[in-house]
Amino acid sequence: MRESLSKTGVLTKEDLAQSPGVPSEERMEKGPVAYIECMEEIPCDPCQYVCPKGAITVGKQIIELPVLDEQKCDGCGICIPICPGLAIFVVDKGYSDREALVGVPYEMLPLPKAGMKVHGVDREGKAVCEARVVKLLNPKKFDRTALVYLAVPKELALDVRHFTVMEGEE
Amino acid sequence: MIETEFAVVGAGPAGLSAALEAGRAGVQTLLMDDNQAPGGQLVKQIHKFFGSKEHWASERGIDIGDKLLVQAQKAGVRVMLDTVVWGIFNGGKILAIKQGDRNRQVLAQKILLATGASENPLAFPGWTLPGVLGAGAAQTLVNLHRVLPGTRVLMVGAGNVGLIVAYQLLQAGARVVAVVEALPTIGGYGVHASKIRRMGVPILTGHTVKEASGNAEVERATVVRLDDRGAPLPGAEREFEVDTICIAVGLHPLAELAWICGCQFAYIPELGGHVPVHAENMETTVPGVYVAGDVAGIEEATVAMEEGRLTGVDVARCLGYISDRRAETLRGEIQARIELIRTGPFGDALKEGKEKLIERRG
Repeated sequence: MRESLSKTGVLTKEDLAQSPGVPSEERMEKGPVAYIECMEEIPCDPCQYVCPKGAITVGKQIIELPVLDEQKCDGCGICIPICPGLAIFVVDKGYSDREALVGVPYEMLPLPKAGMKVHGVDREGKAVCEARVVKLLNPKKFDRTALVYLAVPKELALDVRHFTVMEGEE
Repeated sequence: MIETEFAVVGAGPAGLSAALEAGRAGVQTLLMDDNQAPGGQLVKQIHKFFGSKEHWASERGIDIGDKLLVQAQKAGVRVMLDTVVWGIFNGGKILAIKQGDRNRQVLAQKILLATGASENPLAFPGWTLPGVLGAGAAQTLVNLHRVLPGTRVLMVGAGNVGLIVAYQLLQAGARVVAVVEALPTIGGYGVHASKIRRMGVPILTGHTVKEASGNAEVERATVVRLDDRGAPLPGAEREFEVDTICIAVGLHPLAELAWICGCQFAYIPELGGHVPVHAENMETTVPGVYVAGDVAGIEEATVAMEEGRLTGVDVARCLGYISDRRAETLRGEIQARIELIRTGPFGDALKEGKEKLIERRG
């Protein structure tokens, strides 16, 4: 297990750079793509079966880490609610000149609404920026794990992984 | 006296799976549980499960219990809820049960004890104050009865139970001020830890609760840092204002019925303490009495379901409903799936523990 993860519960950027589930900088600039933060060998593999493009491979042993084929992945985000660890995100650094789009799994109530201003929160729970809810997907097949797309400052695309609703925005 | 071929005590994932497997093969099966709803702990597992398709991966535990019950009923299993099994007699052939106000006996050719586990307590000054409770109890209150035990919570233990219940308390609207873990590392899955970290919950490894204090109920928790040997460091205390302290320091097999009927036990710390010795087919040292799920060693619900299936298959074979060859094939498939779950950093210790247990019998 990654030392940081087992001590603090937080994956560092250095850890993630070694993840087989993380796309290249180049690919993230091109458009939405899955960003898989699963770095511990646990017996779990639904992500590889849900992907309609066959872009995620866990392999024969169910405890192997998911490997992302960044060319096959079109960033549809269907793997996000299927992951019981809530460890998959979508990143689109080509969203606009100054903003990136980050898709995060969300299982809290109330659900946010599109257009709402929120605090973008990092892996340690720190509010790092103001973000905007762009859209929310919560169909029945997601089974109560909503997928929330946030517009965040581009340089924080790999930091924001959660959000909290700002006061007065509820 | 109720007569049945196969009596299953406990309608959790192991008991339901065993009843289903046996019922499907044609075995006359009676499934009993002291709760009002079947599913065991599944009834409060609102999170999505890990695993493979065969293990209901990505389905929420609450839904798995319902589906297993429907399948079991379709397979002809008779289900008796609100039924306490309080005794086992005649070398494991007769169960004494209490159904409502009525005491009855069940005579069975084969019996499965799938009674699950109980939470370990942790004693410290103030631990008897109202507001100190098991994490599992808090989970029951929140997810089943929809009652928050408190609004500011300290979670003691960073195994999967502590991490998951901390997350579910957040979902229910409580504030979790910290998770403390006496060991130097987090015991549960990293992804569960990451989930609560990004929601702002600190996880303090190498820390434990030293004292709970307050007037008539918990108002404060004192947490202390531990040195490399696990001894409290003087002056390294911190106070948290909390109204609730949840204890998640492991589980142990709930094995009274196995003790009563004379099963041999072994002490296997990896599996939660004293565990009934059993063979690969899940039969204990008392012929015809089986154990499956947490009572046979603390593991995940996915393993409990597989152990239930192993029992169901063996019972069906013994009673002549399936051939030895068919049973062997089914057992091979189930064993292969269990092997897969018991690999990796989390599975190795469990596998070793189980091997020790089975060796002792052989």
